[in-house]
Parts: sequence; structure tokens; C-alpha cells
Amino acid sequence: MNAVQSPERQKSATQPIVYHGEFTTVKRLRRRGWLLMSPGIVWLIFFLALPLFGILTMAFLSRGEYGGIEWHFTFENLFNLFGFGPLGWARDNFVIFTRSIILASVTTLLCLLLALPIAITISRSPRRWRMLLLALVMVPTCVNLVIRTYAWQLVLGNQAPPAWICQQLGLIGPHEALYPGAFAVYVGMVSCMLPFTILPLYSSVERLDWQVVEAVHDLYGGRWHVLRHGILSQIGPGLIAALVLTLVPSLGMFVVSDLLCGAKFNLIGNLIEQQFHSASNWPLGAMMGLTLVCVSLAGLMALFRWGNGLGGGH
Amino acid sequence: MPEAKAAVASPIADLHIAGIAKSFDSVRVLEDINLIIPDGQFVTLLGPSGCGKTTLLRIIAGFELPDRGSVRLGEIDLLSLPPNRRPVNTVFQSYALFPHLSVSDNVAFGLRAKRLPEADVRKRTDTMLESMRIGELRNRRPQQLSGGQRQRVALARALVNEPEVLLLDEPMSALDARLRHDLQAELKRLQRSCKITFLLVTHDQDEAIAVSDRILIMNKGHIVQDGTPEQVYERPISRFVAEFMGSANVIAVSSWRDDHGAIATTPVGEIRLSTIPSWTTGYIAIRPEDIEVRDIAGPACLPAQIEDRMFRGDHWELVLVFGRERLRVKTEPDQHHTVGQWVWAELPHDDVLVLAE
Amino acid sequence: MRLGKTAFTATLVGFLLMYVPLLAVAVMSFNTTARGQRWGGFTTAWYVHMVGNQKILEAAWNTLVIAVASTALSTILGTLLAIGLSRTPLSKPMRRCTDLLTGLPVVTPDIILGISFVGTFAMLRSLTPWFNSGLSTLIIAHTTFEVSFVALVVSARLAMIGQEQIEAARDLYASTHVMWRKILLPQLAPGIIAGALLAFVLSVDDFVVTFFLYSPTVTPLPIMIQGSLRMGVTPDIHALSTVIVAITTLAIVGAALFSRKPPTEIP
Repeated sequence: MNAVQSPERQKSATQPIVYHGEFTTVKRLRRRGWLLMSPGIVWLIFFLALPLFGILTMAFLSRGEYGGIEWHFTFENLFNLFGFGPLGWARDNFVIFTRSIILASVTTLLCLLLALPIAITISRSPRRWRMLLLALVMVPTCVNLVIRTYAWQLVLGNQAPPAWICQQLGLIGPHEALYPGAFAVYVGMVSCMLPFTILPLYSSVERLDWQVVEAVHDLYGGRWHVLRHGILSQIGPGLIAALVLTLVPSLGMFVVSDLLCGAKFNLIGNLIEQQFHSASNWPLGAMMGLTLVCVSLAGLMALFRWGNGLGGGH
Repeated sequence: MPEAKAAVASPIADLHIAGIAKSFDSVRVLEDINLIIPDGQFVTLLGPSGCGKTTLLRIIAGFELPDRGSVRLGEIDLLSLPPNRRPVNTVFQSYALFPHLSVSDNVAFGLRAKRLPEADVRKRTDTMLESMRIGELRNRRPQQLSGGQRQRVALARALVNEPEVLLLDEPMSALDARLRHDLQAELKRLQRSCKITFLLVTHDQDEAIAVSDRILIMNKGHIVQDGTPEQVYERPISRFVAEFMGSANVIAVSSWRDDHGAIATTPVGEIRLSTIPSWTTGYIAIRPEDIEVRDIAGPACLPAQIEDRMFRGDHWELVLVFGRERLRVKTEPDQHHTVGQWVWAELPHDDVLVLAE
Repeated sequence: MRLGKTAFTATLVGFLLMYVPLLAVAVMSFNTTARGQRWGGFTTAWYVHMVGNQKILEAAWNTLVIAVASTALSTILGTLLAIGLSRTPLSKPMRRCTDLLTGLPVVTPDIILGISFVGTFAMLRSLTPWFNSGLSTLIIAHTTFEVSFVALVVSARLAMIGQEQIEAARDLYASTHVMWRKILLPQLAPGIIAGALLAFVLSVDDFVVTFFLYSPTVTPLPIMIQGSLRMGVTPDIHALSTVIVAITTLAIVGAALFSRKPPTEIP
């Protein structure tokens, strides 16, 4: 009897295989698969990938005479972005950037502070309630942003209860409202973004091992320790996801600030929108968009690195 | 109109498996499997996980293609046919019932797929449902059934097509012990009445012994023993089989001499063997029920101390200590001993099995 | 647990933040007072008035047309994409590419999507007048970000059906055609419907992307609402908003129901 050689056969794509009970070859499977996928893939490439690439290029082009684009490569937009205009350095853009970043960060922080207890509460409620609560959290995400935001104009208006309470407490003047103003914007932002923070956080919290938390409590006792070593260390990935899914969209938002504060509270989103509508400086707008994406990506990567440390260290 | 889709085998069809070998990602799962299964036999592939038994089953069913070898059912070369044209049906481990179809639609699925006239389909389905005693479940959905009921639906669904061979992939692993016991008996009866070749895969030796006409013990891609349940149980051919079946004590032999027959030197003592071993060192085995416990020394007796005893209803299970070795012994229920008592253990040489390795 | 009180207050605050605005709008839509927030009395007059408002009707029609067209397109494209992706063995790098491409709309901020559409359509406009701002561009844009969501939902559904059922069907003499018609499609259908509902909602409620692509003649509802807000809030808008919220909620609940796993537990 011949010594049996170990099969060194290459993984040929034309080799007959059985796929879910069907005699076929990898080649034929791929051909059929691509046939099915191609309408969707072609569409996405043509209407998504290429346009995004177009923005990337546009960021480095010049603005045309009457608002179009000129095929002239330049870094001018980058300079304009940071405020270096023909009249020297203007701090406008810088202010706007900082404001956006602060707004997004504070919103994210507030959302996280609220979302964690909420996620814990939901995960510890009886089964029936859980589904209902989660559904309740999801529904507002799907409602129109404009509606959700302008509704705050009502709630924070000067004839509504919240404003009335503040007037009585002397926090604001007798006929003032809580809106328009920075406070309203923050309230609006948190209200809009909260579901996006709760849901990813919940998926991690659901899998929490409460015995570990109890153990930490027995060992350390203090609330802070229980929080840090017991809970936070276990939900690293969910925390990161929640953070990302809240921070990134927040950076680009402009509707909320527009409706709840008007022109005084300009953000990156407003800037970009202006370039494409009123100011007609598309390349500059593209550059701003590009910066937004880069900042988001940078933040994402930094968080992943840091998050791995947070999740791993016990 | 003949069933156009499935190939029809010649009236008496034996399953011939020759030279089957299969690897997954350079891991050898099956090596040179050869066997013939006559029509109407209940065969079990028994072995630990990873031994290749499920892969062999899937090759016969058509869900895997072997690297080498052939599978023939009478005149038909099965390997050239995709699973949906082989006259072979499978009962899957998790039953794979179609959740969106009722029980009767599930059972009728194969017949309808073969485009049989609807009147025939209904008749055959009803008959099968009745004989499997699930008639009143016909309009329920699989989700509404218990584990045992689902298994019966899976069996019905496969058998209604009157396949030449029925393949069963660990069909009872999802059921609790008592249900398993009842269903094993039923399965055996079913096979006897429909006379179809059953090929069962399991890792449970009790199940294999209970249902099969023939057991094939597999390990690491090879068939290590092929025999009736009695043969495999009473005369394990190798140390692996003896230990896997759990039926025998395995004793290492460091050397043996010829003195009117073989006498082996073991950690338990000197033991006379029934046959001459083909090796110089190896293993022998003796079943717990073959060891006799005596108060007085006799031929083929060795001294031992009782370390433990457990009552099992119809017998006592004792653990005897010989120096540092322990052997399991089964005695009659009326024999009483005490823990710590010194006794003589008789190992009749006819019952001492010489193992192949 | 000691966390009890903090958790409870946080939950209360959170849900208040998420729901108070919506409730406020609903309540105000029944208020007789036209401006301001004083409660005048209960009335459904604004709903009647809303239906008679020409601008609202036009905008609603636009929204509907865009939503239906983009939902149809994205459901077809997305379903085919999901089926292809799930049933094709691809090499690892290729799989990463397709996953990236499919996931792109989900992770890209709306505003970036908006400006990239503007740029592309401007370029395409120079080739054919088809791509002038208006219905066609809006439909195309909406379809683009909906495709991913549909593909996601349908893929998940396909994975849930699993390999064993397909093998069982084959074992029972099913041809590919029979397998699809009798086993896969019937079980996939709820997933496809859920995806379509999701796409519909995404279209109706989209603001940012639409904001970059609308034209004076084609103004969908969200844009119209935002526009009229600039001139002060009228109860018509409240009524309209409440209706939109109701439709959205129904569609989402529907999608969730269709995504439910069939019960596997024995009762």
C-alpha cells in the first residue's frame, strides 16, 4: 500500500466543491454572486464612492469666477480654512471650529453620563419591559430632525413651564425664554443624540457580568471603584461605539443650532452649508468637509487605541 | 409518471464505499475508508468527536466531496450525483425543519419537490404521519412541537420518500435520557418494519449497542473495529475500542512468557492469557463481569483489596486495588463485601482478551 | 443596587429629553391658540386646515413620490446585494472592500454625503439635463443611502435562515428554483419588507441631504417645514409634524415586527 501523501493541492477556483448541497465550483459561485451584486455595487461606486472621491479632489481645486470650479490645483483652501485669507489671519474659522468641537464633546459627555445609567436600568428590568423600553428609545431616532428640534422652541418658549420656573427662580428675566441661546442648543443636541448613545452602550451593558461588579464592590467598596473597575472595564467596546456614534454626527450638525439659536451660533456644519449655498465656494466647502472627516477619523483611531487599554486593564 | 428527478437504484442495492479519503485544510479527516453495507442493515458509525464519522455521512449524503474514492449504491455511482438526485435522505442533528411550513407540508416537501401528483402526495403523507403517530400534529408549526415530536417529523419527512439509505446524524443528542431510551427502541422497530438501510452516526456507545445490527468504531479517520454489538462489546480489538466502549479493564503487559500457554507480567500480577500475543509488550483486557471475587485462593487468582463498592440495583460495582492498579468488577447483588476487605480476584484465562495494540 | 436612585433619575431625565418635545408638538396641534403656548382649548381644526393648505399638500406629494421611488429602487438593489454577498465565497481582501463599500453610507456624516452629491450632480449636469436639482437627484441620493440599510437587514435575515435548511431542502430533492421559491424567499420576505419600511422612513425623515439637493419646485416636507419655521411657527406645522411622527412611528413598529425572530421555544 502506497504511503498516503498529504494533499498539497492548490485551492483552485475551478475545483468541484459542494456549496450548501449544490455541486458547483468557486468560480461559478463567484460569477453568479457578482451578477447579483453588481447593480448594487455599481450604483454605490458611481453614486457614493466616486462622489466622495470627488470631494476629496475638490478640496484641492480653486474656486471659479462665477462660483463654479476651476481645475487648478492649490492648497489655497487649506489656508483659508485656518483663517489665512487675503487680509491676513482671521480668527472666525478658528472660533467656529473650537465651538463645534466643544459643542460636540460636551454633548457627547452629557449623553454618556445619561446613557450609562439608562442602559443599566433597561438591562436590569424584566424581560417584557426591556423590549418596550428599547423600542421607545429607538423611535425618536427615526423622527425628523427638524421636527424634533423645533419642538424645543415650544418647550423652552417663554410661556412654557420650564421657562416659567426659571423666571420664578430668578435665573432669567421676567419675559425671557430659555431659547434662543446656548442652553437651548445643548438641550436640543443631547435630546437628539441620546438614543444614538444608548443603543450601542446597551449592547455591551446587556452582557455585563454582574458577579464581577459585586466582587469589586466587596473588594473596594467605593462607588467610584465599582464604576471604574467593575463596570467600565467590562464594557469597553460598547463605550467606544457609543462615543463614536455620538461624537461624529455631532460634529457635523448644524440644524439644531440653526433652529435653536440662529445665526449667532455658527458651527462647522453651517460653514460648510454656506459655502455650498450662499458663498458659492465649493472647494472651500469641500476642504472643510474633508477636515471634518479627518478629525473624526483621527478621534476614532485615538479612541480605539485608548479604548483597548481601558477595556483590557483590570 | 416515474419520479424523474431521483435516480432509481436496482432492487437490492448494497452500499459500496471504497478508498474514501478527505482532508479539510490539510487536516486528514478520513483515511482510506472501505466498507460494504448490505441492503436493510442498521449500521452505526461510532466514535469520539473528530473521528470523521459525520464527514463520512455527509459524503454519502452529498454535502461533501471526498478527495479520493468511490461510493456506489448498487449500480449507481453516488458521487456523480448532487444530493438532490441521490436516493438517500438525511435526518439532521438539529432536524432542520422548515419553520414556515406546517408539519404535513414539511413531511410532504420531498414528494412535492419530485413533482408527484398531489393526490399521491397527500395519501403517502397521511399514511406516514399516522404510522409515526403524529397525525394530530399535522397542522402545527415546528416551533410548537416538543423535541421528541420534532424528531418524529424529521424522520417522517425523510422516510416518506422511501430512500434506499436513511442517514441519521446524532438524531438523539438534543433529547433527554428517558426520551432517548424510548426513541431508540422505536427507531429499531421502525427500521425492522420498513427494511431500509439505516446509517446512524453517534458518539454514545449505549445507543449504538441498543439499535444497531452492526457497529463501525472509528478513530482519527480510520475504522478500527467492525462487528456486531456483541462482538464489539465483548471482544474489543484494541485498547482504544476497549476504553471507548467502557466495557473492559485495560491492563498493560510489560512482558510475557510461554508456559503451556502465554503468561503475562502485569502491574496487577501474573495473568494467564487465552491466546498468544503477537507483540512483546502490549495490552490485555478483561470485562468487569468476568472477574470473580472469591474468599479462598484458587487458580488464576490474584490478591486484591476492595477500595470502593456501589450498589447499582442489579449488581454491585466494586473497585479492587492490586498494588497500584485498580480494576472494576461487577458482582451479583447477593454477594456482600466490605470496603477494605482483602479478597481473591479470579481472572479466568478464557475471558482475558489480548488486544491488538 | 446602590446605583438605584442615580439610575432612576437619569432614566427619567433621558426619556423626558427624548419625548417631551414630541409630546409638546402633539399637544399644541390640538390647541386653539394660534401663537404662543397658552392652552386655549381642544380642537382638530388645524388638521383640517392643514389638509387644505396647498403648499403642504404639494410638499407632501413630493415627499411621497421621492420616498416610494427611492424605496422601490433601494429595496431591489439592496436585496440583490445582500443575497449576492451572503452566498458568494470571496477572498478576504475582497470581502473587506465590499463590506467597506456597503457600510460607507452608514458611517459617513449626512453633511458629507450632501456635499458630495452636490458636486457630482453638478458635474453630471453638464452632460445631461437629467441631473438638474429636483426629483431625479433627490431620488438618486435617497436611494444611495438607503441601499446599505436594506442590505444590512436582508443579510441578517439570510444568516438567520442558516445553512442547514438549505442542505435539508437539497436532501429532499429540491432544485435551486424550488429551494428559492419554497424555502428561502418565503422566509426572506419579512426581512425584505422590514428593509423597505426602514428605507421609507429614512427617506421621509431625511433633512440634511435633501437640504443640499432641493429646488424651488421640488420641496419635500422637511425642507418646507424648516422654511416656514423661519417665519414663525404656525399650528398647521404642529399638526403636520404630529402626522409625520405618527406615520414614522407606525413604519418603525412595522419594521420591527417584521424583523422578529420566529419563536423557537416550545410553549
